[in-house]
Amino acid sequence: MSQPEVLTQAFELGFTYTRSTGPVVGRFLTELRDRRIFGIKGSDGRVIVPPMEYDPVTAEELSEFVEVGQQGEIVSFAWVKEPRAAHPFDRPFAWAMIKLDGADVAMIHCVAAQSEGELATGARVQAVWADETRGFITDIRCFELAQEN
Amino acid sequence: MQQIAIVGYQQSDCVSWAGATNEVELIMPVLRRVFDQVGLANAQDVDFVCSGSCDYLQGAAFAFVAGVDALGAVPPIKESHVEMDAAWALYESMLKIRMGHAKSALIYGFGKSSPGELPIVLSQQLDPYYLAPQWVDTISLAAMQARLMLDQGLITERDMAEVVARSRGNALNNPHAQLSGDIAVDELLAQETYVSPLRKSDCPPVSDGASAVIICTVEQAIEWGVPYAIISGIDHRIESHNLAMRDLTDSVSTRQAAQGAGMADGSVDVAELYAPFSHQEIILTRALGLGENTQVNPSGGVLAGNLMMASGLSRIGELFNRITSGEARRGIAHATSGPCLQHNLVTVVESA
Amino acid sequence: MSEEREMITGIEAPIYLQYKFTAGSAPARFLSQVKKGVLTGQRCPGCQNVYCPPRGSCAACGLPTEEEVVLSDKATVQSFTIVAIPIPNNPIQPPYIIANLVPDGSNISFIHLMSECVNEEVHIGQRVQALWKPEEEWDYAMDNIRYFKPIDEPDVPVDRIGTMPVTGWEG
Repeated sequence: MSQPEVLTQAFELGFTYTRSTGPVVGRFLTELRDRRIFGIKGSDGRVIVPPMEYDPVTAEELSEFVEVGQQGEIVSFAWVKEPRAAHPFDRPFAWAMIKLDGADVAMIHCVAAQSEGELATGARVQAVWADETRGFITDIRCFELAQEN
Repeated sequence: MQQIAIVGYQQSDCVSWAGATNEVELIMPVLRRVFDQVGLANAQDVDFVCSGSCDYLQGAAFAFVAGVDALGAVPPIKESHVEMDAAWALYESMLKIRMGHAKSALIYGFGKSSPGELPIVLSQQLDPYYLAPQWVDTISLAAMQARLMLDQGLITERDMAEVVARSRGNALNNPHAQLSGDIAVDELLAQETYVSPLRKSDCPPVSDGASAVIICTVEQAIEWGVPYAIISGIDHRIESHNLAMRDLTDSVSTRQAAQGAGMADGSVDVAELYAPFSHQEIILTRALGLGENTQVNPSGGVLAGNLMMASGLSRIGELFNRITSGEARRGIAHATSGPCLQHNLVTVVESA
Repeated sequence: MSEEREMITGIEAPIYLQYKFTAGSAPARFLSQVKKGVLTGQRCPGCQNVYCPPRGSCAACGLPTEEEVVLSDKATVQSFTIVAIPIPNNPIQPPYIIANLVPDGSNISFIHLMSECVNEEVHIGQRVQALWKPEEEWDYAMDNIRYFKPIDEPDVPVDRIGTMPVTGWEG
């Protein structure tokens, strides 16, 4: 049997999903569109950002929304030296777990910085809004180091 | 309860690119070897077949159905599939046998991750409102988990490099490994970071390949007259999808699964752990309370070759090999799914 | 203003993933021959059935198929449907025929288009032949064959469809 030719073909697979948000995610995204960040109180009173619909421990339906700050601190981060095509930056950046002021649970978002050395666990960051907001997680374009007051 | 035996295990080589090999061509040689090992002609000789795979990996819709072309499914067979690692297909097969609906089962898993960009493909298994639209890749999530541990002083980068060095060394004895070799810890530490704090060596390679296991009732194993090992327990637990609501420095679900599977009822000579990232092996070892009497990942583990959707099943198979060869009397195999060890399955296997 | 304050109830979250597909060994061999204007199949060493296009295994026996068999571009209609609805992004205008066709020398059908026929007169057992694109347009693709068209040969009885030798059917 002869060795076959190696035939390759690049292709793109597209899933053009639309998703219903439901009242909890919908409220969060609505507030993002208005450049505000809201969390929700869990059964134990912890403020979860972005809000979850049900408490992961008690399974209680959650509904008590709380506005949180637009600044917070880095809980952990990953420094991406070589961004991938799908990533939000085409230069090095960080993914981070960020605990916003007034929140008890961190959210995951991207952080713009010049170098890994600028960032540290515990560093203060603030949200940077997209030029136009539409009710989507990327309405927060990224976080960046907070200005010292 | 019906005792269930493992009677066969085979795995393909882990390769970075399977080249001109489609799903059927990837699976068929492995199935042939596992049938030969047990002395069976084809899938008609077992009562149930269950596979694990994920079509998103290679971007081919219904690739798992194409896999059935390797079975010889005429006349029709009892067949099922999980969109998960095939370790969960083994779990389903055990239920089938325990319900009395089958005496034997073939389980196989296959993964062709090379056609896509695996860490990005896997980003789409995350929360569809908050995370998937950001395309947070799975290596970055693991890197954040590692930094939490480093910052809290739970591990050092040297600890992580030691895991990698041991994996590569152990893999020298694993003919199917993709990465193996004698490499010094200092040499690993001298490498620059990849997705900091992870170095490339802390991350699993992208691998193509397949593996297969045959299980059956003990009576059936004796009738077939083949060496076997006993599955004395199996359990799996899952944690919240919200990564920030989990303690990422621990693996509660692994510990619970091990308790459910009865790990503590005897010695653990060998542990085959599905730890895709070096620091995760340390998390798992600690969560399970494994000590010096347990040999961890003698196969090299998945840092030496990571067959998505098959490597969890392979952990069980590697353990079967250690036990039937007499190297170990009792051990555990662990499988994982989801980001940062979200979902974990523990199987306890003992000598017959 | 009221529109501005409207609650978000849904999002568009399209996913586009990039892949590089590599044909398997059996399809690659098949496509390499199609590029030369030749249809080939692979024979099962167990049941002896010839598959076209081959995928590398006999799905019935679970055995690898390796023996390559050159087939005719004449075929028999095993079944068909008249499609009356347009397919998005498909230049073919309805109504048109999609048929399961068994090429001479093979035992298993594949799906292709039929044309140059009266749709209402297409029938099971009908003999057809490939109409190839001009040779300079041939690629690694099944659409090197534009479609199959009826030929003036007697019908194949239903119970003999899928058993025609590569040398053809004399009736």
